[in-house]
Amino acid sequence: MNLPAPNSREDLATKPNKFRKHVMEELRGKAFVYFCVLLLVITIFSIVYFIASRGLTPFISQGVSIKDMLFGLKWRPEGNPPQFGALPFLFGSFATSILAAVIAAPLGFCAAVFMTEIMPKFGKSALQPAIELLAGIPSVVYGFVGLSVVVPFYRDTFPGQGIGIMAGATVLSIMILPTVTTIATDALRSLPNGLKEGSYALGATRWQTIYRMILPTALPSLLTGVVLGIARAFGEALAVQMVIGNAPHIPHSLFESATTLTSIITQSMGNTTSGSLHNNALWSLALILLLMTFLFVFIVRVLERRVKR
Amino acid sequence: MRAKTVDRIATAVIVCVAGFIILLLAALLGYLLVRGLGHISFDFLTSAPQALKAGGGIGPQLFNSVFLLVLTMIITVPLGIGAGIYMSEYAKDNKLTAFIRLIVEVLSSFPSIVIGLFGLLVIVNTFGFGYSLLSGALALTIFNLPMMVRLTEQSLRSVPKEQKEAGLALGLSRWKTIMSVMIPVALPSIVTGSILAAGRVFGEAAALLFTAGMSSPRLDFSDWNPLSPTSPLNPMRPAETLAVHIWKINSEGLAPDAPEIAAGASAVLVIMVLLFNLGARWLGRVVYRKLTASK
Repeated sequence: MNLPAPNSREDLATKPNKFRKHVMEELRGKAFVYFCVLLLVITIFSIVYFIASRGLTPFISQGVSIKDMLFGLKWRPEGNPPQFGALPFLFGSFATSILAAVIAAPLGFCAAVFMTEIMPKFGKSALQPAIELLAGIPSVVYGFVGLSVVVPFYRDTFPGQGIGIMAGATVLSIMILPTVTTIATDALRSLPNGLKEGSYALGATRWQTIYRMILPTALPSLLTGVVLGIARAFGEALAVQMVIGNAPHIPHSLFESATTLTSIITQSMGNTTSGSLHNNALWSLALILLLMTFLFVFIVRVLERRVKR
Repeated sequence: MRAKTVDRIATAVIVCVAGFIILLLAALLGYLLVRGLGHISFDFLTSAPQALKAGGGIGPQLFNSVFLLVLTMIITVPLGIGAGIYMSEYAKDNKLTAFIRLIVEVLSSFPSIVIGLFGLLVIVNTFGFGYSLLSGALALTIFNLPMMVRLTEQSLRSVPKEQKEAGLALGLSRWKTIMSVMIPVALPSIVTGSILAAGRVFGEAAALLFTAGMSSPRLDFSDWNPLSPTSPLNPMRPAETLAVHIWKINSEGLAPDAPEIAAGASAVLVIMVLLFNLGARWLGRVVYRKLTASK
């Protein structure tokens, strides 16, 4: 048998094509992934740049002061002189999203404890899919259900028209429940087992273990979930816009028509001409939304650092 | 004794809350289906909407939603997988990577309305794409990209290290190893995740109001030339999706049967989301079986 002598140098010399093919392949792949990442980075910078450049125009060249916008109570873009007080919107956004978190957080914690401590098997087979489905339902559908179930219910039960902050917060609380629950469940699952066993070994009941050991240890992660929930509620546009009533003033009760940053943008952006002061003021509101997102991400990062420690 | 009583009460409360959540979901789905299913018929699913008369359908909207979904996924999937590969395989452990990770996190927490506004400003006006399916698809790509990136990164990270090392040891280039060894292993979870992301696209409305537009021109379903303005396949025409349609008829619907149409359309939307959920799980399993030796 005449096997070809294994001569690597000759091999390389006769197969420069193969070698080059490998390098080219790697280069092409690398170019593609770098292109994708570059695109991602460019996208986010242009989002910030374009929205900031539009949103800052009223303050820089159109004579609206930042203080008037943040603390002004009257939103009269077509008035003479026009007034751009965004406090009612800010108030509405904060009130609905924080109230939603207040409703959703205890429910989410209970669901997470149920899935990890009380009935893990049933929780995994019934509650977890239910939560995942809740997360998948589109926000307009929540808005529709809010408009046709929640609002009439509040109208019949409480004085007022049913629309308002409470209706918005109710709808939002169901929407952010999956976020809160999922993160709480992950946090409770990742706790070291010894912690729990130690507590049981000392004779503590299950509730004592949950209340004194598990909740304090997992608190930063639980808060992360709540903050992410608030962030989602803060940015949610259509579901809230459908049930809140959209009256641009600070309401006297939870069942009175109010409005949020997102709903005023949704309502007015299409009806104003690009470049007008009214239009640019709406971009300023969008800029506030953007800055709030940064703030939420920052808070989440700080909380995560506490978890790691 | 007292501690035990408290324990029992607390357990009962927690179980009640869990039951309440399941009941809530059941009531929600039941309400939507009971109110909506009665209105769904073949005619409702295929006919065009009516502005002032009763009896309008959701045909064009349904088509737009599906078409937009396809367009979005065609753009999102390659970009997302590319960036995900970078994050898991090529990124070095340094400040730049940490920064990119931060960017992805920020991008994923932007409210969808902000993305829609960015789309209006840059894609619709500056690029001059107008209110069109393509603008909508690009906006939704921005909206979905972070999820896709994270998903790909996680799936690639869960590939056993030995498989990657075996590929590299055989003299394959890094790219070849990723494409022909690691991606097939990671594919089931990528597929499942992409379908779930697709479900999100299907229900998204806020990002589309100002990009894909709120109107639907008369479509000629016998004209399949993508360049003709009335063709359903033309990506440059404005297109109202199902989710946007639900929002619009709830806030400014003039047809006398607007609530029924909203109910029917919501039921269709929820059924589609359920199908996406089930489909994702099923397809993930099928792909897993196809690509691995396990049964």
